Amino acid sequence: MTKQLSKQTMLWEETFPAGAHWSFVLKRGTALRITDVEGGANLSTLFYNQEEKLERYNMADTLKAQHTAHLSKGFVCYSDMGRVLASVIEDSCGWHDTICGMTNAALVEKKYGKADYQQARNAMYRNARDSMIIELGKWGLGKRDIVPNVNFFSKVSADEAGNLHYQPNHSKAGDFVELRFEMNVLVVMSASQHPLDPNPQYAPKPVLLQAWHCGTPEKNDYCRNFCNENVRGFFNTELLFR
Amino acid sequence: MAIVESKLTPQQASYDLILPAGESWLHEVKRGQIFRILDLEGNQAVDTLFYNAHNPEERYSAVDTIREQGNLYLTAGTNLMSTEGNVLMTIVADTCGRHDTLGGACAAESNSVRYAIDKKFMHSCRDSFLHALGHCDCGIDKRDLTANVNFFMNVPVTPQGELTFADGISAPWKYVEMRAEMDVYVLISNCPQLNNPCNAYNPTPVRLLVWDAAAQ
Repeated sequence: MTKQLSKQTMLWEETFPAGAHWSFVLKRGTALRITDVEGGANLSTLFYNQEEKLERYNMADTLKAQHTAHLSKGFVCYSDMGRVLASVIEDSCGWHDTICGMTNAALVEKKYGKADYQQARNAMYRNARDSMIIELGKWGLGKRDIVPNVNFFSKVSADEAGNLHYQPNHSKAGDFVELRFEMNVLVVMSASQHPLDPNPQYAPKPVLLQAWHCGTPEKNDYCRNFCNENVRGFFNTELLFR
Repeated sequence: MAIVESKLTPQQASYDLILPAGESWLHEVKRGQIFRILDLEGNQAVDTLFYNAHNPEERYSAVDTIREQGNLYLTAGTNLMSTEGNVLMTIVADTCGRHDTLGGACAAESNSVRYAIDKKFMHSCRDSFLHALGHCDCGIDKRDLTANVNFFMNVPVTPQGELTFADGISAPWKYVEMRAEMDVYVLISNCPQLNNPCNAYNPTPVRLLVWDAAAQ
């Protein structure tokens, strides 16, 4: 069941503009709904343990623990320390990419040309890697802390031969994903286009962020019981908070 | 799967080492040198990371590598891409056919999630990586550990987006060979994992060879 959010129950709400970057901390027991406002959004995202930032999202551990090559409801985002940073508690679009990385300056210039601030002002072309470098710099982190990320709202599948296929029009206006944070997590985001988006135009999309107190997961929690691996992942995580 | 054989012979190699299972290895391969990993007994996962030897902040990027070639699996012709968009290594020969870069390295912590809490006390690739890095003065540490290549490991992804660990497709004396496109630190853990079929439940040695550019 999708929770009805109101101004009274929300901690905060903010529109994340197309192409923008931001970083913030969400504490254990907090949830975040991310809504694709116009359809076709992509949100490149990284997660770090706020208290020990060497502990961070680990794509490989996330994928192999849950025998998946994508994220959707029930799956959780593992750190390199065998703990759960965040859980996908609701999801209306069924597939979020985590194997294709993010845009960088060379890729954006090659695809869309160049539009710097001097020329284009706020319509300048931005890329996710430089956005991450800027946000991470605010927390004493840098290039070495950039690891394979999540691309919310994007779908890239692989055929039997391993060839990648980007799914156009995967996320529709109003599609959303909800994350529950199981640790105190530094969240770093860039609303940049997916690096495999075939659109020849620079056309990133905005998303809406809404946060609320959701509490910690019960014993019968869907994500906790999604697979035996997650039962152990939550056990490891909860050891930190006993 | 492209099977491409090499003309190089071990007699011409300038470096030749047998690396037992459970050991790590950190070595600089110079631009133009050819580096071969040979699976001596078959189905042995070789967890490998690459760094620009002059600026280790620039390192192997699994996601840039698969995105740039539009394919999940590594084989002859694959450019191993760096985080800065440069080619670290090019795979020039491969008699195995494909190699994984999504499965990552085993770790004490991920063992505890995947198998049982007490499996965290078993040997793991991340421990081996950290052991090698702790003994070098190369400026690389845990911060630089990222998604690696698993040579000889078979991790098929289905069109539905499931990831599976399948029996290996490697066999005794299969090898993969790559040319360094810059001076590269190669960090290897010869995988000690006993809980899944990545090493056929029997971790075995591999042979590492380097040829100078002149030998080619």
